[in-house]
Amino acid sequence: MRHGKYRFIVGFLALPLLLYGVFVISPFVQAFQISTTEWSGLRGTAKSVGLDNYAKLLHSGEFWNALRHNVVMLVLVPIATLTLGLFFAFMLNVGGRARRGAVITGVRGASFYKFVYFFPQVISITIISVIWFNIYNPDPHDGMLNSLLGAVGLHSLQSSWLGAGSIALACIMVVMVWANVGFYVVLFSAAMASIPREIYEASLLDGANRFHTFFRITLPLLWDTVQTGWVYMGIIAMDAFALVQIMSVNMGGPAGATDVVPLRLYQTAFRDSQFGYAAAMGVAMLVVTLLFAVLTMRFARRERIEF
Amino acid sequence: MTTETNAAEERPVIGGPRSDDRKGARSGRRSSEGGTLNVFSHGILFVWALMVGMPLLWVLWSSFKSSGDILTTPWSLPGKLHFENWVNAWDKANIGKMFLNTLIVVGGSVTGTMVLGSMAGYVLARFQFPGNRVIYYLFVAGMSFPVFMLVIPLFFVMRDFPGIPLLATYQGLIAVYIAYSLPFTVFFMTSFFRTLPTSVAEAAMIDGASHARTFFQVMLPMAKPGLISIGIFNFLGQWNQYLLPMVLNQDEDKYVLTQGLANIALQQGYEGDWGGLMAGMMIAMLPVLLVYFVFQRQVQAGLTAGALK
Repeated sequence: MRHGKYRFIVGFLALPLLLYGVFVISPFVQAFQISTTEWSGLRGTAKSVGLDNYAKLLHSGEFWNALRHNVVMLVLVPIATLTLGLFFAFMLNVGGRARRGAVITGVRGASFYKFVYFFPQVISITIISVIWFNIYNPDPHDGMLNSLLGAVGLHSLQSSWLGAGSIALACIMVVMVWANVGFYVVLFSAAMASIPREIYEASLLDGANRFHTFFRITLPLLWDTVQTGWVYMGIIAMDAFALVQIMSVNMGGPAGATDVVPLRLYQTAFRDSQFGYAAAMGVAMLVVTLLFAVLTMRFARRERIEF
Repeated sequence: MTTETNAAEERPVIGGPRSDDRKGARSGRRSSEGGTLNVFSHGILFVWALMVGMPLLWVLWSSFKSSGDILTTPWSLPGKLHFENWVNAWDKANIGKMFLNTLIVVGGSVTGTMVLGSMAGYVLARFQFPGNRVIYYLFVAGMSFPVFMLVIPLFFVMRDFPGIPLLATYQGLIAVYIAYSLPFTVFFMTSFFRTLPTSVAEAAMIDGASHARTFFQVMLPMAKPGLISIGIFNFLGQWNQYLLPMVLNQDEDKYVLTQGLANIALQQGYEGDWGGLMAGMMIAMLPVLLVYFVFQRQVQAGLTAGALK
């Protein structure tokens, strides 16, 4: 029996562990090793250079430019996405008007809104990028956004969007927010549903209005979810690869205005064949992501004590 | 007013999005405040629904327009329905071939992920053995590795794999999809198997069933709700996967939909079959839209569960 048990355990774990070890764990370990070499990908030609690639990164204007864009996204995209998500979720779950015989709740059609808002979440980022590429089309007659602005007489607001260095990055961030808000509406809705009703009742007896209810009850009680959502959204903001690759002018342009680290990494490796240098960017991404997660947890925890 | 409030408060509402509010029923003043706010909030909610829904509807109706019309009058409805866009996309733009490739890869990898993930999850949840915790955390740690950091070494692991060519092959892509889906799947299935009662499995064992038989004939059927959630989660993730095929699957004959569409989109400026592109995007979206329509709740619950790990 005992023998059978161990044979069973080994039999069931062997294949999953093998696949996972070969395709996930071993690349993870190798990433550090490759990052300390100068390597064009040819077998047996990797030359160890110690931490040179990292030194090169620290002095690369291109890398800092890309990283700066990721950091801007890391800060702004979660703020916008979570704020909208919280607002919509509150409206859909708590913001409704009294209806006779019903427990007062979300606005009418809440489940329809949740259904529609969530749509972009199930669609591939490639398709989202192509759609928004057409929305942002700079031609005042062809582009969806520009022709809409023209149709309502706002010709002065028409722009080349992705072609204008000053707003191209913002345009891409808008797409990220657009694509992810629905996810947070559903996430926060689920969290709001688990808030005990007695707490709301007590606050209403004390005369709290919607504003107070939201900031004194809903938000503090949702804080854990908001915190997790923030980290999750930050990780998405650290990526932005497909959006920039497909939508931006000349991949990362105009003039590097939308470049991001993953795109830099991809180009450095698979276009320029500088695999060691690109691997160092990968390690840098891991560091930035971990730093972001740790800082968020620290910061958020301190905030939470106030309540 | 008072009675109405009481009636409302006594009504048990368990779970669901509607359980946490009682404000509107309190008084006339509150109701009218709610009224004004409601017009405002309804407006914003509706505008956002338009902002999300319109671009997707636009793809649908553009897929029936001529390429010229898509460009010059993006907002107009199709005058005449150009069904040939769909035919062209399927045949000439190779969407049919890509669809088949995606189907093969995702079919194989979702099946593999489910089988291997639940096997590992079951063993880790139900058996005490040396190394159990280590293996569990090894899997869970994988959820925090940025895929970008892994793609370069992964490319060489695939290229230099002893004996079998793995780059740009179905089996290579399937193996990688499975490996990258295991962390969350194992994590999810482990906690799911922990919640199932042990008595049924014990009864089966007493009746002489082997461990493997108990797993496949007793535990797996009991785990069906969990398998559906994680299955949908993996299906959507793998169907929409972009980076891994981009790096590991550079043979055009083996292109999956996401990379093929990106490729077509990046060339459109020169070739100009926008109608075909729109139809291609619809074809690529249909399976996920179908899953979303049918399993709406499970999709929402499954994907958001991923964030709350």
